[in-house]
Amino acid sequence: MEILIEHLGDFGDGLLLTVELAALALVGALVIGVLVAALRVSPVPVLRAAGTAYVQILQNVPLLVWLVLAVFALPDIGVLADLFTTSAVVLALYQGAYMAEAVRSGINAVPVGQGEAARALGLTFSQSLLNVVLPQALRTVVQPLGTLAIMTIMNTAMAAAVGVVELTATANRVNLAEAQPIWIFVSAGLLYMALSVVVGLVTGATERKAAILR
Amino acid sequence: MSSVLFDAPGPRARRRIQITTVVAVIAGAALLWLALRQFAENGQLDADRWAPFGTWPIWRYLAKGLGETALAAVAAIAISIAAGVLLALGRLSPSRWIRLPSTAYVEVVRTIPALLLVYVVLFALPRYGLDLPLFWKLVVPLAVSNAAAFAEVFRAGIRSLERGQLEAGLSLGLTRGRAMRMIVLPQAARRVLPSLISQSVGLVKDTSLGFVVSYAELLYSGKVLANYNGLLIQTYLVIALIYLVINAVLSKLARVLEERDVRSAG
Repeated sequence: MEILIEHLGDFGDGLLLTVELAALALVGALVIGVLVAALRVSPVPVLRAAGTAYVQILQNVPLLVWLVLAVFALPDIGVLADLFTTSAVVLALYQGAYMAEAVRSGINAVPVGQGEAARALGLTFSQSLLNVVLPQALRTVVQPLGTLAIMTIMNTAMAAAVGVVELTATANRVNLAEAQPIWIFVSAGLLYMALSVVVGLVTGATERKAAILR
Repeated sequence: MSSVLFDAPGPRARRRIQITTVVAVIAGAALLWLALRQFAENGQLDADRWAPFGTWPIWRYLAKGLGETALAAVAAIAISIAAGVLLALGRLSPSRWIRLPSTAYVEVVRTIPALLLVYVVLFALPRYGLDLPLFWKLVVPLAVSNAAAFAEVFRAGIRSLERGQLEAGLSLGLTRGRAMRMIVLPQAARRVLPSLISQSVGLVKDTSLGFVVSYAELLYSGKVLANYNGLLIQTYLVIALIYLVINAVLSKLARVLEERDVRSAG
C-alpha cells in the first residue's frame, strides 16, 4: 500500500496522459467520423467508395500494427513527429473509422421525410446534411458514441506497447521497480474502471438531454 | 438510387456528380503522388528494397507467423466463446449467487484494456509461481477479456428470443437447464452468428499483442524480420496488408450472413 502512495505522482502522470490521449483521439475521431460518414452517404459514387475504403482499411488492420507502422516505420520516409502526437493521430484515425460507422447508422435512422422536407425547402445536399439530418443523427447515437469513448480509453493502452508512458505503461514500470504486482495492477485497473464509469455517467446524462421522443 | 439525403439525380445533378468525381479523382491521385514522392525521396521505392517480398523464404516465414496468429486466435476464440456462453447464462440465471458474480465479471473486465491483462500475465503471475508457456501468455489474457465481450453478444441473442420459446420448453417438462441448452441456445447462437464473427475479427486483431509477449505470431514475426533486414516500412506495410485481406474476408462473411438473416426474417 505504501508503494502506491510513494508512486502517486507517477500514477497521476500516467492517468493524465491516458485522459489527454483519449480526449484528443475522441475529438479527432468525431471530426473524421462525421466527414467519412458524410462521404459514405454522398450522391457521388467515387466519394462513397473512398469512405467505404477508409473504414474497411482502418478497421481491418490491428491498432497495434498502425501504431508500429507510424512510430517505427514512417520516420524512414521522412515523416517524424513526437511519440505522443503520433499516437494521438493514429488513435484518432483508427477510432474515426468506428465513429464513421456509428454516425452513418445514426444518419440512416433519421426518417426519410426529414431529408425530403429539407430538399422541398430548397436546401442543398450539404445544407440538409449539416442543418437537418446530422443534428438529429448525432442525437440518436449518443449511446454508441459513449461505447466508442470507452473503447478509445481502452485502446490508448496500446500506445504503451510503442513506448508512451500512459497508465498501463506506468503500472508496468512501477511494478518492475517495486515488484508488488497485485496492488499496482489492481489500482491501474480500478482507474480504468473509474474512467469508464465517468464516461458512462456523462453519456447517460447527455442521452437524457439529447433524446428525441418519436 | 436515392437515400435520406438525395433523390435520383436529374441532368444538372448528374453534371455536378461528374464534376465532383473528376475533382475527387484528381485529389486522390495527388495524394497518392505525394505519398509516392515521399517514398522515392527517401529511397524507399528502390527495387532491391521490395524485391525480398517476392521471394519464397520470406513468405514461408510470414506464413508461419500467420499460422501462429491463427492458432492463437482459434484457441482464444474457443475458450472465450465457451466462457461467454456460461457467463451469459449466469447473468440470466434466476439465482442471485450465480447472477451477481457473472455480471460483476463482465462489467469489470469490459473496462480493462487487454494490454494491462497481458502485463499481469507477463509480470505479475510469475511472481506468484504461475509462469505460463509463451503461447498461453498471449491466449489467456485475450480469452479473459474477450469472454466478457462474447458473453454480452450471447446475452443479447438469448434476450432477443421470444419468451415463449423457453416457456414452451418448461411446459413440456424440460428442466430450465435442458430448455436453455436444447431450445434457447441453438436459436440464439444462430441469431448472433454475424456478431460472433465480427467479435472474432476483433480477437484476431488482438493477437497482434504477441508483439509485446514476444510470441512469434504475424506482427512479432514482422518485427523480427524488420530488425533483421532493416526494411521497416516495407515489412510493416506487407504485414498490414495480410491482416487487411484476412479480416476483410471475415468481415465480409459476417455481412453476408447478416443479410441472409435479414432476408429470411423479412
